[in-house]
Amino acid sequence: MNFIQSLSEVFHDSFSLLLKGAGKTFELAFLSLLVATGLGLFFGMLRISTNKFLRFIAHAYLSIIRGTPLYVQLVFSYFVLLPAIFGQSIDPFTAGALALSLNAGAYLVEIFRGGIESIDKGQMEAGRAIGFTHFQTMRYIILPQAVKRMIPSFVNQFIITLKDTSLLSTIGIMELMYSGQTIYSVNFKTLEVLTIVALMYWAIVTLLTIVANWIERRMAQS
Amino acid sequence: MIEVKNLHKSFGSLEVLKGIDLTIPKQQVVCLIGSSGSGKSTLLRCLNLLEEPTSGDVIIEGKKINEPKANINEIRQTVGMVFQQFNLFPHKTVLENITLGLLKLKKVSKQEAEKKAIELLKKVGLEEKANAYPKSLSGGQQQRVAIARALAMNPHVMLFDEPTSALDPEMVGEVLQVMKDLAKEGMTMIIVTHEMGFAREVADRVLFLEKGVIIEDGAPKDVFEQPKHERTRAFLNKVL
Repeated sequence: MNFIQSLSEVFHDSFSLLLKGAGKTFELAFLSLLVATGLGLFFGMLRISTNKFLRFIAHAYLSIIRGTPLYVQLVFSYFVLLPAIFGQSIDPFTAGALALSLNAGAYLVEIFRGGIESIDKGQMEAGRAIGFTHFQTMRYIILPQAVKRMIPSFVNQFIITLKDTSLLSTIGIMELMYSGQTIYSVNFKTLEVLTIVALMYWAIVTLLTIVANWIERRMAQS
Repeated sequence: MIEVKNLHKSFGSLEVLKGIDLTIPKQQVVCLIGSSGSGKSTLLRCLNLLEEPTSGDVIIEGKKINEPKANINEIRQTVGMVFQQFNLFPHKTVLENITLGLLKLKKVSKQEAEKKAIELLKKVGLEEKANAYPKSLSGGQQQRVAIARALAMNPHVMLFDEPTSALDPEMVGEVLQVMKDLAKEGMTMIIVTHEMGFAREVADRVLFLEKGVIIEDGAPKDVFEQPKHERTRAFLNKVL
């Protein structure tokens, strides 16, 4: 039996299960990036603050997350952080989403900072001169311009986070990778299953890229 | 209505303003001249606290503005500013540039804000550009919109920071004309400029700054024709 034939058999038998896993993967990535956006914006503001202490907090967050592997963060989130907060172990999905959010958030801090700092200083001055507060100027004038410039980096981070969800298989979340592992641990067709899994990741990422490009074009017009 | 008392401003170890004392009554049109680095832009920017004075007082309409309890955002609504680089908001149309402050700060209705914006655009001769984006406008047009944007807040005084320095020569006239009209209406104006012809014609008073100190202060005729200082004479000889 050749590989292609075997592949199509595996595809036929396990696609619906893998699709469920893909749904979980997408859900995790989407949720995490949503939380990460909030974290990134919040810590991004701290990062460019004139207050030394606030800048230090943002720097510490960035340094810890970027300096350690996601896998370690995941294990800490599941076995240390959440149990310490709630006094008992929390479901793996929450732990996984938390670790991914914290991780992506740290990278988004730099994306937000870069986007905001790329806006001409005169924009802040013009806003302040009219009578807007720093916060209002950020909200009405700086961020709308900065976000437009951030879209490509943002999409990039989404793709990274989406693929990072595969690490969550280690704490037993039935996402796409773990679904694949479960299947090949039974039928031993490791290569076939992983090929299909890879193609599914590729399809999701490609679809996302197309949507993102469309959004970017729409925003460029306005 | 504007009082400056013993104003000092340093950037690090560099002292840019070295004790400025100045009183500008209502409706006066004042031109600040001087070579670059003399501190004229810094002085202007201290008047709405875009630069924080190192020491001294800035008092606008009886209120000291450079102290922690002053509400600077409220004060800035009464002090309009026009920048060398226009600084229009590129993601907003001409109309939205002008209405933003009215809508979000003065909380007027959209209809009322737009009515006011159109009025101001008529005044600067750009009514037909209401729905254009700044990038499609020439420099002179952008600066006229910037003036309209500042006027929308009904300021009691207008600050101009080299408003024509970034313009092509053929566009300088249209911006100066708008400023002349404004001066005629009795607006209090403080203008940092290199346009000596304009200063001579429109200003009530000319200040010459040199190394952070005002060394000439008088009617344009006096300052231009009988400067007290050798330094002023040398500067005028170069630019006139």
